[in-house]
Amino acid sequence: MVLDVRGLTMDFGGLRAVDHVDLQVNEGEIVALIGPNGAGKTTFFNCVTGMYVPTAGTVTIARPGTDARQITRMRPHLITAQGLARTFQNIRLFSEMTVLENVMIGRDCRLSAGILGAIVRNRKTVAEEKQVVLDSYAMLEMVGIGRWANETAKNLPYGAQRRLEIARALATEPFLLLLDEPAAGMNPQETRDLVALIRRLRTDHHLSIFLIEHDMSLVMTLSERIYVMDYGKLIAVGDPGEVRRDPSVIKAYLGEDVSA
Amino acid sequence: MSSQATTQPQPRRYLAYARRSLLVSIWFAILTFPIIVIRANTITGTITWRWHNIGWIVGGTFVGSWIWRYFLERKRAGAAATMGPLRQRLAASRAIVAQAVRRPAVARGGIAALLLLVVAFPFVGGMYQTNIMTTALLYVVLGLGLNIIIGLGGMLHIGYIAFYALGAYSYALLNFHFGLNFWLALPVGALVGGLFSLAIGIPVLRLRGDYLAIVTLAFAEITRLVLENWSSLTFGTAGIRNIPRPAIAGIRLTLPQTTTFVYFIMILMVALTIFVVNRLENSRIGRQFVAMKEDFIACQAMGVNIARTKLAALGLGGMWAGLAGVVFAARTTFINPASFTVWESIIVLCTVVLGGMGSIPGVITGALVLILVPEYLRAFAQFRMLLFGAVLVTMMVFRPGGLIQKRRRAYTISAQEKQVAGEIGDPGIQG
Amino acid sequence: MNYFLGLFVSGLTRGSIYALLALGYTMVYGIIELINFAHGEIYMIGAFTALILASVLSIAGLDAISILVIASLVAMIYSAAYGFTMEKIAYKPVRNSQRLSALISAIGMSLFLQNYVRLAQTSNFLPFPTLIPRFGFLQQLTFQVTSAQFVIFVTTTVVMILLTLLIKFTRIGKSMRAASQDKTMAMLLGVNVNRVIALTFIIGSATAALGGVLISSFTGQINFYIGFMAGIKAFVAAVLGGIGSIPGAVLGSFVLGWTESFGAGYISSDYEDVFAFAILVLILIFKPSGLLGRPENKKV
Repeated sequence: MVLDVRGLTMDFGGLRAVDHVDLQVNEGEIVALIGPNGAGKTTFFNCVTGMYVPTAGTVTIARPGTDARQITRMRPHLITAQGLARTFQNIRLFSEMTVLENVMIGRDCRLSAGILGAIVRNRKTVAEEKQVVLDSYAMLEMVGIGRWANETAKNLPYGAQRRLEIARALATEPFLLLLDEPAAGMNPQETRDLVALIRRLRTDHHLSIFLIEHDMSLVMTLSERIYVMDYGKLIAVGDPGEVRRDPSVIKAYLGEDVSA
Repeated sequence: MSSQATTQPQPRRYLAYARRSLLVSIWFAILTFPIIVIRANTITGTITWRWHNIGWIVGGTFVGSWIWRYFLERKRAGAAATMGPLRQRLAASRAIVAQAVRRPAVARGGIAALLLLVVAFPFVGGMYQTNIMTTALLYVVLGLGLNIIIGLGGMLHIGYIAFYALGAYSYALLNFHFGLNFWLALPVGALVGGLFSLAIGIPVLRLRGDYLAIVTLAFAEITRLVLENWSSLTFGTAGIRNIPRPAIAGIRLTLPQTTTFVYFIMILMVALTIFVVNRLENSRIGRQFVAMKEDFIACQAMGVNIARTKLAALGLGGMWAGLAGVVFAARTTFINPASFTVWESIIVLCTVVLGGMGSIPGVITGALVLILVPEYLRAFAQFRMLLFGAVLVTMMVFRPGGLIQKRRRAYTISAQEKQVAGEIGDPGIQG
Repeated sequence: MNYFLGLFVSGLTRGSIYALLALGYTMVYGIIELINFAHGEIYMIGAFTALILASVLSIAGLDAISILVIASLVAMIYSAAYGFTMEKIAYKPVRNSQRLSALISAIGMSLFLQNYVRLAQTSNFLPFPTLIPRFGFLQQLTFQVTSAQFVIFVTTTVVMILLTLLIKFTRIGKSMRAASQDKTMAMLLGVNVNRVIALTFIIGSATAALGGVLISSFTGQINFYIGFMAGIKAFVAAVLGGIGSIPGAVLGSFVLGWTESFGAGYISSDYEDVFAFAILVLILIFKPSGLLGRPENKKV
């Protein structure tokens, strides 16, 4: 098990956005979290990645082959260093930086150069900088946007920006990748390419993937297990077939298209 | 579209412009009437009516509003449109210049000419000119230092001059009490500036950027007030006199010689600042600064320790002000708290904003323009602060990146390395 | 005891003035999340307009009360017009840029307005006419309350009540609250956000002008620089109370007023301003959301 969330609760003032959610992701699994708008999915994500401090509950992670460790209340950058990486629902690139630099920031937590090294440029720093450029470029090639390496990030086409976010997250060397609505705003062709990319990432890089998604066709084809949230509570868990037939899920989504 | 507006005259459009501008100028005539036209002197109990001023206001705002509207519309169109022919030509000529500069012969020639100019300046210009240039150079160092905090780190700091003051007082007081000489005071000043800058960053680490602005302002005012009122230590508003000028061991320099000497110290300091800031920019820490400025949430999600990065920017920025402060004290030989008001901070802010936040040549240009122009145009000096205010607003509205905008560095990846990376790659999307 | 009461009253007066300014800060911040550095300048321009008008009117031979009323009203109208114009020129065009741009623009505006008044009027201090009449009944109190202090306190209270009613119960108040919660949503629901922002500036500026006239009558002198410090202090008060909250701004202003007045009275008057800033730093460290503010949730 790479991610084990127990009883996670998050209150905003009087509002309970996430209510005692238990959730697990196993090694090499692709797991989806779905639910109507405002169900608390992104809040849940933010609690797991340390952006919010949860009111109650624990988050435990384990890099395959190592011991489990608790990351509840850890600060976000430390969680990332532990091997959890994420993308954002409303793309958050460093828009004035180049595509390559965006990925280089992702590499940042694996670097050791300090301020003094930057000024005197000792051999170690120079070597590390050279390596980070190459590693980052390789990440760009991996998601298929290498040709835009020196382009300013904000000038990329939409689909490529989504891919850049994934490349940036991969650069942190995660074992668990959290994708917040990766297909939002994509056309069907782009979505199909994305599905292929996510699958390839899992097999080639031994990643486990946990995603929030609205696009039902993507969730149903891609994920092995689906968690369904509504009003902050978990209402169903199961494989795509089970979830599709679950009456409480159908009820939560009433009026929304689940047949796809 | 902007390009059409510039090439084809559209009488109706201009008529509409004129009507709007007329309304605007009438509005301003009414708005400024009491302040501009009537001058009340309650000491003598007299009132002066200056009706001619209305003419200036109406004329000025009419033209001003026209220009404003024209540029605002161009900016709006520019955001949506692709490059117009004019901008294409501009970009092309910029590329030619850039290519020429990259040619080693041209670059070497340029550097040699610049060096010659810099070295010859005090001997050609004389003491007066050299003094003015030294002041400008002090502001270059201050601008580059503040640029680390604002331009790279994206934190609005409006109390920067406090570190300048602390640097100056460190030298003056340590010299007075313990006879510390100028050269040893330099690192001390830098250290004091850097440490205080770090210290005031701590309370606002968790807060949004706006609070930093107000806390730094508060800190600068507290510093000035303490310097003014803690007379037993700082000699209060009277200030400290007879601070020794920089000297080379044992040799007594005449006043013109010292002026030249300080000028060269400043040239070296500017060179050092450029060197260090440039290296910082193109390094891991420089990337962290810019990423933090762009989006601090994404930045920490990518594993960057925001608190540490902020403190690094503050510390590295504050240092330069402390360093410059030592030179300031040694040059003027007299310091008092009145030299370090909030407005000095804002002048430094102006140099960064006008030149281009985050761009080294931009900040240097900004500092030289803003300090030298008022020195040489004395008539214009009383309007200096008014124009600075106008510059800040206009720059933010039309060109927030400054005159010389920062361009991100492009990395070259060799074909062989590309192939290695490409083998593991995804065919990707067709762009 | 009388010393204490005197300090208490002087703190109350200061607090009332800060409140008139802090309200504008807090309202603007509540809606566009901008520290309007030029807010203090609007206050200063209000005071100058009143001074100029009062001089003209007193030559025309009006009595003090009519001068006070007319000068205050015109000053409020003019400051409101300045606030409105300032928003259109310096803030509206940068509303969608980075926050840093808007802040720098605000500092620029502050610098501009200060020097505009300095050049058009004078850089010297000018005596401000005593417009507030003497009230006999105040003489009977055992501790000293001047008529100006009394008027300031009463005016502030009235303005605060009116503003609260405006925001709680009127249509425009509802639009303001909607716009401060979520501008896009408010726009979709048919709120004219541009107009709401303009109106916020107008109301905030008029309130500041009133503060300008009152404090100048109290201190008896003005120059182009008075707005800057007062503006910063009022901002401190707004942060202290919880920026964006109207009752918070008022509470913060009184706390600040008393701190300064007792600090100056019992410790040292040299460090009066230092007390204000020290309080700001302490609040930011221990309770960044202010006394009555709600903790903010960053949106991810």
